[in-house]
Amino acid sequence: MNLSLAAVGPSTYWYLTRSTGAVAMLLLSVAVALGVLDVQRWSTPRWPRFIVDSIHRNAALLALVFLVLHILTSVLDSFAPIGLVDAVVPFVSAYRPFWLGLGAVAFDLIVAVIITSLLRARMGYSSWRAFHWLTYASWPIALLHGFGTGSDANTAWLQILSAICLVMVLAAVLARVASGWPENIRIRGAALGGTGVFSLFLVLWLPSGPLGAEWARRSGTPASLLHHAHTHAAASKR
Amino acid sequence: MSGPHSTIAEAPLQRARGAAAPVLPRLLAGVHTEGALTLADHLSVHGQLPPLRGGRRRRGREHAAALIDEIERSGLLGHGGAAFPTATKMRAVASGRGRAIVVANGAEGEPASLKDRTLLEMAPHLVLDGAVLAAEAVDADEVIVCACETADASVHSLEQAIEERAVEPRAGRSPKLHLRTVPGHYVAGQESALVNYLGGGPAMPTFTPPLPFEQGLRRRPTLVDNVETLAHVALIARHGAPWFRQLGTPSQPGSALVTLSGPVADPGVYEIEHGASLASLIDAAGGTTTGVRGALLGGYAGAWVSREWLGGVALSKEHLAAHGATLGAGVVLLLSDQACPVAETARVARWMAGQSVRQCGPCLNGLDSLAGTLEQLAFNGAEASVTRRIERLASLTARRGACGHPDGAVNLILSALEAFHGDFAEHARHGACDRCARPPELPLPDREVSDQASRDRVSGRGSSRGGASRDRATRGGAT
Amino acid sequence: MSHRVRVNPITCEAHGMCAELLPERVTLDEWGYPIVDGTPVHGWELEHARRAARACPTFALLVDREHGRDRERESAGRRSAR
Repeated sequence: MNLSLAAVGPSTYWYLTRSTGAVAMLLLSVAVALGVLDVQRWSTPRWPRFIVDSIHRNAALLALVFLVLHILTSVLDSFAPIGLVDAVVPFVSAYRPFWLGLGAVAFDLIVAVIITSLLRARMGYSSWRAFHWLTYASWPIALLHGFGTGSDANTAWLQILSAICLVMVLAAVLARVASGWPENIRIRGAALGGTGVFSLFLVLWLPSGPLGAEWARRSGTPASLLHHAHTHAAASKR
Repeated sequence: MSGPHSTIAEAPLQRARGAAAPVLPRLLAGVHTEGALTLADHLSVHGQLPPLRGGRRRRGREHAAALIDEIERSGLLGHGGAAFPTATKMRAVASGRGRAIVVANGAEGEPASLKDRTLLEMAPHLVLDGAVLAAEAVDADEVIVCACETADASVHSLEQAIEERAVEPRAGRSPKLHLRTVPGHYVAGQESALVNYLGGGPAMPTFTPPLPFEQGLRRRPTLVDNVETLAHVALIARHGAPWFRQLGTPSQPGSALVTLSGPVADPGVYEIEHGASLASLIDAAGGTTTGVRGALLGGYAGAWVSREWLGGVALSKEHLAAHGATLGAGVVLLLSDQACPVAETARVARWMAGQSVRQCGPCLNGLDSLAGTLEQLAFNGAEASVTRRIERLASLTARRGACGHPDGAVNLILSALEAFHGDFAEHARHGACDRCARPPELPLPDREVSDQASRDRVSGRGSSRGGASRDRATRGGAT
Repeated sequence: MSHRVRVNPITCEAHGMCAELLPERVTLDEWGYPIVDGTPVHGWELEHARRAARACPTFALLVDREHGRDRERESAGRRSAR
């Protein structure tokens, strides 16, 4: 806890947790997009499949590293009352319990996926594959966590970053669904439907939600922090 | 083949005790068209099984070893198509880890083969004797008899037979006897597919090793033998190896059931001795009804022999090997000279492609490409180098799947190219001939709907595993 | 003791990474499936073969160790999933 910095303005940890969170989201999106596309087997002589596959694996591992930093810095930061428990057990925190809880859920899912992938030699292929499908849940949950918990929803940089993450994954899903259509129409239909529903949800919810008025209060920021939240939000806009 | 199968001229019930004439019929002895041989009839024709030597464990093992030795001396080879030495397989199962299981394979997915269901229908007790003996030989506690789910008469006969035996249990020989019906698609009778199905999975081949004889059903050593093979075992146990060897050839002794179909007076299931000439079989069937263009030996995984060679063909391994053929599962299909061998081959190739269970890329893509090429060649003509294209596709398809299905189809196709090369050249130049439009002669069960349903059921269509394979099927495939 | 490379055609889904990582033994047919040369691999080739087997997303590529008549599946994949 850096008391001297706290006296001056938002702490270093506060910046670090937001930035590491954003980077983790970006890396996770790269991993998910590549995971979706890898099965396409689009490769060129300069980008052989094993390279794309390695990038997929390494992006996921790196995302986990940034995720751990994101969690540690948010715990260490003195502003919001977040403990380590809140990172793995969802919905028990005092600070924006639902939206922070989503982060915990996403973290749990990502850890499960990565551990099973590291141990995939020990489990059968079908069990490994079943676990791996959890990633499709972890990504949107992480994204919503970012929108709901973060204080930067109104900033251009976060909006651009989020747009990049969204476009990467949605484009990958669309490409995957389109190629080989209409084979496996039920899964492809479900993917399209899910993507459509999620996108529609974002379009409807974002303006009245995180981008709307008094989101900090509505999302469950403890009352004692609300004044500070405004200060921080204003500070980060500069 | 249409109409009910028939057997050779009925032999009167023989009151055989011990001695048996070294002539035919053997398996079909006493068989009549009114239904199955009852237990009493069966014992009357063939006599009792030899007594079990001792019931104690150690004596039991001596008995088992003696039985396998006798089978080895007899030179019995499997009758499911692979002609593998039966005694060798039994020894391997007997020395495996865990309690063995015997599976009597009567699945018979080959459309042109009727021998197994006929044997099960007419002489179920012979098969059951053999299965029980095999169980003793490998120290198995369970016997599963498999019949095709569409062979109602065979299933009924087996049910009756098992019930008859339940009423009269034999001391010391009672492995549990189960009857299971299995799907009728082509590959369902393949050894590992059958074991897979019996274990609760789909009727699709599995990756080997381990082969069923070391680790099969419930990971136990599993002896999978064709029902006809087991029937021979039942006779060898009664009459001995020297008796068995009185018929047949030195390398392929004994008798065999063959299904003869095509333009003959009496198509059906016949019992021959190995090495009998094709001519004598056709004679027994009342002779041909039209001219013959060629014969397909061994079924749809077998080989074509063109008419100029048919006169000298003898039905045994070593004689047929010279023509690149085997007897396979005892299938002899004659093609009339009014049929177009190119069109027929194309149709069979397409059917075989459809019978792929689509687990392995080279099989599903290769057979599909081969069928497409043959169809194009047969009906629309093709470039002069089409033969090379077919050979290239064949080399990409054979021996690259988990089972022998693609190998069989390739064998059939390449043998057709050789046996009928004149016809193929004509079709390449001019496309369809006037015989192409005739109704198909080779039996291809019009079970498209039921086959598809059967394969959907067994391959779990819609699961991500199967789905992925099908993705590739549509994307790949140059012809 | 020699090692050989083999593919489980049921599990193989034509990802094609084996051909990239072990071109000395694996080429792809026109449908993307591996054609495996089963001659023995030694030394540095063996290391590449093991790496290729690890990289296969479905563990379809196998490196078998042979002692005489026994073939032991050595590499990744506790049981051959279909």
